[in-house]
Amino acid sequence: MVKYLGKRIFYIILTLFIVSTITFFLMKFMPGTPLTNQAKLTPSQIHQIYKQYGLDKPVWQQYLVYLAGVVHGNFGVSFQFSNQAVSYLIGSRMGPSLIIGGQGMIVGVLLGLVLGSLGAVKANTWIDTTSTIVSILLVSIPSFVLAVLLQYYLGLKLRWFPIADWGGFIYTVLPTMALAASPLAETARFMRTEMVDVLSSDYIELAKAKGLGKVGIIYHHALRNSLIPIITIIGPLTVNIMTGSMVVENIFSVPGIGEQFVKSVLTNDYPTIMGLTIVYCAMLCVVLLITDILYGLIDPRIRLSGQSN
Amino acid sequence: MADNAKPISTGDFKPVTAADRSHLDSEKISAPSLTFLQDSWRRLRKNKAAMIALIVLIILFILAFGSGFFETHNPNATNPNLANLPPKIPGIDINGFNGTIMQSGTRVNAYAQAHAGNAYYLLGTDYLGRDLFSRILYGTRISLEIALIASFFDLAFGVVYGIVSGWMGGRVDTIMQRIIEIMLSIPNLVVMVLLILVLKPGMSAIIYSIAITSWINMARLVRAQTLELKNQEFILAARALGESSLKISFKHLLPNLSSVIIINLMFTIPTAIFFEAFLSYIGIGISAPQASLGTLINDGQKNFQFLPYQMWYPAIVLSVLMIAFNILGDGLRDSFDPKSRE
Repeated sequence: MVKYLGKRIFYIILTLFIVSTITFFLMKFMPGTPLTNQAKLTPSQIHQIYKQYGLDKPVWQQYLVYLAGVVHGNFGVSFQFSNQAVSYLIGSRMGPSLIIGGQGMIVGVLLGLVLGSLGAVKANTWIDTTSTIVSILLVSIPSFVLAVLLQYYLGLKLRWFPIADWGGFIYTVLPTMALAASPLAETARFMRTEMVDVLSSDYIELAKAKGLGKVGIIYHHALRNSLIPIITIIGPLTVNIMTGSMVVENIFSVPGIGEQFVKSVLTNDYPTIMGLTIVYCAMLCVVLLITDILYGLIDPRIRLSGQSN
Repeated sequence: MADNAKPISTGDFKPVTAADRSHLDSEKISAPSLTFLQDSWRRLRKNKAAMIALIVLIILFILAFGSGFFETHNPNATNPNLANLPPKIPGIDINGFNGTIMQSGTRVNAYAQAHAGNAYYLLGTDYLGRDLFSRILYGTRISLEIALIASFFDLAFGVVYGIVSGWMGGRVDTIMQRIIEIMLSIPNLVVMVLLILVLKPGMSAIIYSIAITSWINMARLVRAQTLELKNQEFILAARALGESSLKISFKHLLPNLSSVIIINLMFTIPTAIFFEAFLSYIGIGISAPQASLGTLINDGQKNFQFLPYQMWYPAIVLSVLMIAFNILGDGLRDSFDPKSRE
C-alpha cells in the first residue's frame, strides 16, 4: 500500500511538473507583451517594468524562478488585478467553487443512483423508459443552455431563487441544479447497466431461492455490488463539473475559480491562467488518487497494481 | 441361414436430384449466414429510437452541408433596418410564426413596423438583422465539421496509438500509457483553452485542440481490447504462419476491434460538438461574423427575456444534435453488444 501510494504520488508530482513546464513555455510563446500601452513608455520605463516582474532575465532563469515559486504555492502576480498575487486570488475564489461543485456532485450522484436503480429494477417498463429519457436529455442538453433556462424560469419568472449573485445557501441552489445535471445523467446510465448485470447474476438467484424479500435482495445484494464500479466514474464526473462550472459560475455570477478562469482567458491574464491550470490538474489528480484507493479498499477483489507485483 | 433378402434390381435406384438432397440434409443451415456487421445492422434497425436518431442526423447533415440550396439569406449579411424581427413563415398564421410579437401587452406586426415589405425570415433575424435560419444552418455545419474532424483524429490517431501500445507491450506500452495518464489528469477544456490562447481563436485552433484531446479515450479502449485479442488463438495462428505485425493488425485486429471503435466514436462526437459550442459560447471559439451554435446561443441569451426565439432555436438544434448522437451511440452499443441490454 505504502509502495503503491509512493508511486502514485511520484506520478502526480511528475504530472504537475510537466503541466507547469508546458504552460510556462506556451505562455512564453504567446504573442504580445504584458504592457498595456507600450508606445507611450520610454525604453527605460519598459526596462524598469520588465525588471520588476523579472522579465529581463533569460527565459531559462525565469523558468527556474517560476518553478521555485510553484513549489512554494506562488504563481506570480495577476496582470488583470495589479499587485494581487495569483495564489491569493485563487485561494479567495476556491470556496464558492468547492461548495457548488461539491453540492452538484452529491446531488447529481445520489439522484442518479436512484434513477438508475429504479430503471434497472423495473427494467423494460415505463419507469425504465422515463429514466432513460431523462438521462439522455440531461446528458445531451449543454450546461450553458440548461443554466440559462433555469435562471429564466425558476429565477425570473417564478422568483423561487435569486437570479444571480452570491450570498447564503439559497444562492447556491440554481448553480447546483445546473451542475448536477451531467453527473446525474452519467450516474443513472452507468448504474442501470451495472445493476441489470448484477440482478442477473448467480448470487441474486441464490438470494431469491433462499426466500429473501425483494427489498432485501435489492438493498443488501444488488445495490451494494453495483455501487462499487460507480466509484470509477467519479474522476470523469469531476472533469464534467469543472468544465460546467466555468459557464455556470459565469451565468450565475458566482465568484469562483471557473468564472475567474474564463475572465482571465478573455483578458489575457497569463499568470492567473497558468496558476488555475495547475490548480485544476492538482485537484483532478487528487480526486483520481482518492477514487483509486477507495476502490481498492471497498472491493477486496481489486488488488492495487503496486501490491500485486 | 436362409437368405431371404429381397433381390434388388437397378430399377430400384434413381439419381438424387438437387431438391431431394436439400430435403435430406437435416444439417443444412437454412437462414443466410450474416456477418457481424450485418447482424448488428439488423439489430440496430429494430431499435426505433436509434433509427429515428439516424434519420434526424441524416436530415441535419443534408440541410447543413447543402446549406447553399436551403439558405434563404446570406448568413453574414447584416441589415440593421430589419433587426430583431420575429419568425415569419408565409402562409402560416400561428402566433410565433406570423411575424407578430408582443409589445407592451398587445400583439403587433413587427414586419409592418420595420417596413420589411414582402421580406420574410423563417426563424426571424438577430440584433444586426442577419437571418437566423441561415445562421443556424451555418452553425450546424460547423458543428458537424467538428464532428467529422474529431472522428478522423479518433480513428487516425487514437486507434493506431491503442493498437501499437497494446500490440508492442513491454516498455513501449509503459511509456505510452504514462503519456496517456498525464494527459488524462489535465481537464480537456483546460488544454483546449491554453492551445486556443496560443494559436489565436478560430476554427484552426479548435481543430488543433480537438486533435490533441479527443483521441485519448479511444486509445485506452483500443489498447485494452488489443491486449485481450493478442493472446487468442487466431492471432497466434497468424503469427505462426509468419504474417507481419502490420498485416495482422489490419486483417485480424481491426475487424475485431470495429465494435469498440464505432461505439466509442459515437461518444467522441457529441463531446467534440459540445466543446466547440462551449468555446464559442464563452467567446474564444469561432469568432464573429461567422456563426456557430455556441455564439448564436450566447447572442440570443442576451435578449432571451424579450426575444426568446433567438436563443430557443439554436439551443434546440444543438440539443437535438447531441441527443441524436447519444441515442444513436446507445443504439449502436446495444446492437454490437447484445448482452448489454438483455
